[in-house]
Amino acid sequence: MVILVDENTKVIVQGITGRQGSFHTKLMLEYGTKIVAGVTPGKGGIDVHGVPVYNTVEEAVAEHPDANTSIIFVPARFAADAVYEAVDAGLKLVVVITEHIPVHDTMRFVNYARIKGARVVGPNGPGVISPGKSKVGIMPGNAFRPGKIGIVSRSGTLTYEISSALSRAGYGQSTAVGVGGDPIVGTNPIEVVKMFEKDEDTDLIVLIGEIGGDIEERVAAMVAKGEITKPMVGYIVGRTAPPGKRMGHAGAIISMGTGRAEDKVRALEEAGVPVAETPSQLVSLVKKMLEGR
Amino acid sequence: MKLYEYEGKQLFQKYGIPVPPGIVASTVEEAVAAAEKLGTPVVLKAQVLVGGRGKAGGIVKADALNEVREKASKLLGSEIRGVPVHKLLVEKAVTIEKELYLSITMDRVSARPIILASAMGGVDIEEIAREHPEAIVRRPVDPLLGLKGYEARIIAYKLGIPKEHLSTFAKLLQGLYRLFTDYDAELAEINPLAITDQGLLALDSKVIVDDNSLYRHSDLLTGESRAERGEMTEYEEKAAELGLAYVELDGNIGIIGNGAGLTMATMDMVSYYGGKPADFLDLGGAASHERVYKATKFLMEHPRVDVLFINIFGGITRCDEVAKGIVEAVKEVGAKKPMVVKLVGTNEEIGWKILEEVGIKVFKDMEAAAQLAVKLASEKRGVSRDGHTG
Ligand SMILES: Nc1ncnc2c1ncn2[C@@H]1O[C@H](COP(=O)(O)OP(=O)(O)OP(=O)(O)O)[C@@H](O)[C@H]1O
Ligand SMILES: [Mg+2]
Repeated sequence: MVILVDENTKVIVQGITGRQGSFHTKLMLEYGTKIVAGVTPGKGGIDVHGVPVYNTVEEAVAEHPDANTSIIFVPARFAADAVYEAVDAGLKLVVVITEHIPVHDTMRFVNYARIKGARVVGPNGPGVISPGKSKVGIMPGNAFRPGKIGIVSRSGTLTYEISSALSRAGYGQSTAVGVGGDPIVGTNPIEVVKMFEKDEDTDLIVLIGEIGGDIEERVAAMVAKGEITKPMVGYIVGRTAPPGKRMGHAGAIISMGTGRAEDKVRALEEAGVPVAETPSQLVSLVKKMLEGR
Repeated sequence: MKLYEYEGKQLFQKYGIPVPPGIVASTVEEAVAAAEKLGTPVVLKAQVLVGGRGKAGGIVKADALNEVREKASKLLGSEIRGVPVHKLLVEKAVTIEKELYLSITMDRVSARPIILASAMGGVDIEEIAREHPEAIVRRPVDPLLGLKGYEARIIAYKLGIPKEHLSTFAKLLQGLYRLFTDYDAELAEINPLAITDQGLLALDSKVIVDDNSLYRHSDLLTGESRAERGEMTEYEEKAAELGLAYVELDGNIGIIGNGAGLTMATMDMVSYYGGKPADFLDLGGAASHERVYKATKFLMEHPRVDVLFINIFGGITRCDEVAKGIVEAVKEVGAKKPMVVKLVGTNEEIGWKILEEVGIKVFKDMEAAAQLAVKLASEKRGVSRDGHTG
């Protein structure tokens, strides 16, 4: 079953004619993702790697009524408008890759999407991959292989590093979700963990967190309360980050007393979730948990 | 971007939030003139972008003009928590009956603005949260509708605002909410919001504006650099000009990664094996060789860096581009500092070849690489910093 994206995912790429949009359209097509259309205002009528381009999402959906998902590569200043366009055209999953979107824009479009029954993933993330089925994102496909581990992460490259280590050790993934590095994201790790809990294709959850906010502590609380019963392994980065400094991600900042790595690690460990200190340790923890069952 | 107290208070006035009369002064003479105009007693407030100014001696009361002269000359040019004081806010002293806490920030869980309020103001919200968590009122707001009147009233009642101040409070909170959204604030805080002999007054302001939104707030740009405002170190500012996401730390192992998570993981790993990171430097996605060149050169020339540790996972970033950039930097500044490179992913073999041709050892495993970087750094420190490390 996996989560969020699978063989039935039919994608519209917004910003398909841009450098990033066209490059990743090619890589997603090579991976086997079903891309039905692209959108760039003013560029309707051409095609990009064989994908027909339209001026508006509305038009793209009218021509390709099976479309159900959008991936957005539109520059930050226009990204919010692109999300509204996707949601209003009836697309139910909107993956936003764009970095540097003003956070108030994000708060508004995330809440709007919710009201309209759509889900936003991102912004400022790598997207979602269900290995072997569909990749709606910018992650390198060869770092992933099909399997039973669900990964939820606030980071991009660190996820690739870890999933390739897991893949090499024989542990493939059901779905890997990069929720995005901004303080406000459309789908947070709490929601993803709940989806994995219900997903019959996921046996174990890997939670890759970082400094900033207290979402990891809240996941720990759900585990402690018994709301999450599947085995889970954590990895939290930023243990050496100073307070008050933004570590690359807009959301990676210790402020007003919350967001410290040590608090997250402690909360998870107290809830019985082992937390790795290095990627190789994470692989051995996964191994131990799966074999120990 | 953090705003100074006086900048925040200028915004407060624009949004109908009452503040005590005040004047900004950069010299002792200006401070005395300001106090004369306002009438003593006044409060002299150091304008620095750090918290806890009061406890650090940055907020002082002066009852007469000679006292203003004496205290202003002490404050101006001094340092508060390591930050030099260039400006004072000279403010009319008011008589405080009660101090409240009021702020609006972003709630990561609900993805909404959230109002935090407490009748126990004057101390940091962290402290209230730690010692009296029940004394904090929290209320998320629908960002599509904005703050509704009844919501402001509910908060006022929960705080026990006296009857005569109820409508002022509700108006003030509505104003703060409008400021929060109009200025793309990550935080708009009034602490303390004081009940005084002059009515409700915002005695302090803390406003942080989302850096990603600054393009639509040109009125906030003062021409002062972020380093001058004390928000960044000189090196951080230089890195920002080069377009690099960089945070200066106090160790001696220079760190470059691609992606914020991987770069933080690299710092943590260095410290796990007993080393000390000199920085966080994230190349970001799809780094070109120019970018890698700039970053490598920047750290090779940084006086605190003894060893460079570059940790790359090539997904969208190509390993050959990375290798090319490293070699360009080494050719230009010379290999004065040992360098450890972990490079895997797209085009890794080409990348390895490029680096090995100039004698740079390449790792495939980040943990082995981290261990070597730590070892080299401790050797280097033993030689070059003998007697300094104590
Ligand atoms: N105009 C004023 N009149 C009288 N008292 C004032 C005035 N401004 C500030 N104060 C008092 O000084 C205290 C500290 O001021 P402020 O909140 O501006 O500084 P701060 O940087 O937050 O310092 P701290 O962290 O110690 O609170 C206030 O809580 C208030 O009691
Ligand atoms: Mg204060």
